[in-house]
Amino acid sequence: MSLSTLDLPDPHDGALRRLSDLLVRRARLLTLLLLVPPLLWLGLVYLGSLFVFLGQSIFSIDEFSGTIVREPTTATLLELFRPANFDIVQRTVAIAAVVTLLCAIIAFPIAYYAARYAGPRVKAGFYLAVMMPLWSSYLVKIYGWKLLLAKEGAIGWFAGRLGLGGALEAWLALPLVGGPSLSVSYTGMVLTFTYLWLPFMILPVQAALERVPAHLIEAAGDLGAAPGLVFRTVILPLAMPGVVAGAIFTFSLTLGDYIVPQIIGTSALVLGQAVYMQQGTAGNVPLAAAFSLVPILVMALFLTLAKRTGAFDAL
Amino acid sequence: MRDPAQDFAQDFAQRHSSLTTLPDRLAMHAPAPPPVTPAVRFAGVVRHFGTVRAVDGVDLAIAPGEFFAMLGPSGSGKTTCLRLIAGFEQPDAGHIAIFGESVEGLPPYRRAVNTVFQDYALFPHLCVGDNVAYGLRVRGVGRAERDTLAREALAMVKLAGMEARRPAQLSGGQRQRVALARALVVRPKVLLLDEPLGALDLKLREEMQSELKSLQRALGLTFVFVTHDQGEALSMADRVAVFNEGRIVQVGPPEQVYERPATRFVAQFVGSANVLGAAQALALGGAERPSSLRPEKIALLAPNATPPMGAAVVEGIVEDVSYQGPVRRVAVRTSGGPSLVATVPASASGVAIGDAVRLAIPRAALQPMESEG
Repeated sequence: MSLSTLDLPDPHDGALRRLSDLLVRRARLLTLLLLVPPLLWLGLVYLGSLFVFLGQSIFSIDEFSGTIVREPTTATLLELFRPANFDIVQRTVAIAAVVTLLCAIIAFPIAYYAARYAGPRVKAGFYLAVMMPLWSSYLVKIYGWKLLLAKEGAIGWFAGRLGLGGALEAWLALPLVGGPSLSVSYTGMVLTFTYLWLPFMILPVQAALERVPAHLIEAAGDLGAAPGLVFRTVILPLAMPGVVAGAIFTFSLTLGDYIVPQIIGTSALVLGQAVYMQQGTAGNVPLAAAFSLVPILVMALFLTLAKRTGAFDAL
Repeated sequence: MRDPAQDFAQDFAQRHSSLTTLPDRLAMHAPAPPPVTPAVRFAGVVRHFGTVRAVDGVDLAIAPGEFFAMLGPSGSGKTTCLRLIAGFEQPDAGHIAIFGESVEGLPPYRRAVNTVFQDYALFPHLCVGDNVAYGLRVRGVGRAERDTLAREALAMVKLAGMEARRPAQLSGGQRQRVALARALVVRPKVLLLDEPLGALDLKLREEMQSELKSLQRALGLTFVFVTHDQGEALSMADRVAVFNEGRIVQVGPPEQVYERPATRFVAQFVGSANVLGAAQALALGGAERPSSLRPEKIALLAPNATPPMGAAVVEGIVEDVSYQGPVRRVAVRTSGGPSLVATVPASASGVAIGDAVRLAIPRAALQPMESEG
């Protein structure tokens, strides 16, 4: 049979095919069908309840009866600036900033290697290595770190074997970052957070670096820039959106966490613990809502600053 | 009003006074035999990727001030040769010298050559002005001076006043000009162009061809131009090197490469050609050597016309006719001979498939080749 005489039947015209006809002709309908369920979930259930909760911050609590006084007031919000509360805010933001910085510094070389040098097999191994810690329980990882950081733990033992026991002691003797042992110090808390959130920094940075065309790096070298300068003037600015995306994760995850500081770290509270306590044991929902506003405002400020410095110019 | 483009050219010439004393023959477009110190010299250069020999023993000498085209199909090694000059690749064997100085082991940022990339490779996070000034910035030129130089360079490529735009806001042709300005503003000794016109549409491409050519003439700069478009190579270059499978198969002025192709590959890649075996060439009055025959040299004889002097006449049947604007391409199966393609003026209508025709083939049109390969 020759091709010119070949007679193919039309595909069977079923209900699904006719539905496809309708959706192809009316693209808007398809968009609507795809968006309505998530918008209902995100808009009403999630954002709605979030705003209802945050809205409580303009109420106050009656000191004697412990009931919520439903009259608008700024008293609760101003309470955040009381030294005891403001301390919590400052401490948490500082910890989050250090964790973010450490994550960025550790993640960049790893991401750079994976994006620019790793072959397909190595890259598959890289993804596995980065993602695997995320598969295990969050609590198990924290308790694992508690053991590593404990006075008789692996880190102390290693430091001792390497003759760095003195250095560890000296570090722990420092004010603020030190403490009786790593497992009850800010240092230990920051290390644990850095470990926990590192994948959230590596992946976006790697994705951003992978989008930097090799030709751009060659062009910079061609125009006379030595590798260090190429890194500063081309690679880093182009990877910045990825770093900022990673920082959003590491920063906000640290700001909101209340479990790590409870297991590892000092007795001083962080934001997450304050929210947990205020709305739980203390029953002061307005103050908990006020505390919850802080991470949102801090993130907004962070993104504004990032935009000002041109971090998104390459987008 | 001073013309910034002219200023730039003068300034450029002053800084490169050695280049202003170009031999006159270059200005007259004549072929340039390699002078004492070539701008670029390859000696037995080999570069392989795994088992693929991308560049397989290339020797060449490009004269200062020459517009040199590297022509070949994709994968023929021409772009790798360009990257070897730029320093993005290092040869596995052989030597490369730029203006007499070996560039062995020199990274790109230590070479006085600059590249215009195929995809332009403009920095998306910098405005057009900063893109052009990039090479000056990394050399530590002050803000004010580099802005002035960048403005001049942009004026030279007819993009005055575009400094504040982002590359994403420009058209393909404009990006191409920015890439050109960016490479020229740092005063390279050799400018490398990697298929710079490939992404432009036909009209713009023709415009840029003549602009590039006049820019090159005004600056007296060595251009090494990689292309797979034979028309582009023929119309712009002083000399063309035809690449195939990692080797140069022929180097010479465009006329020579077109009129006297050395091999079957050159004959068919540069323009189109009928390739005849030794016996067929002999039968048509040529030498007993494999020969090429350009379709436009074959004439279609009117029924009663007498053939011109020194031409062989063959009879045949028309197998195919296609209209190509200015010409018609006629494929003829000759009686007992090869199938030949002739291009005739499009006005010569009335040739139809199945017609019996007579072809006149001037003996001088048969070009013996070194080899049939």
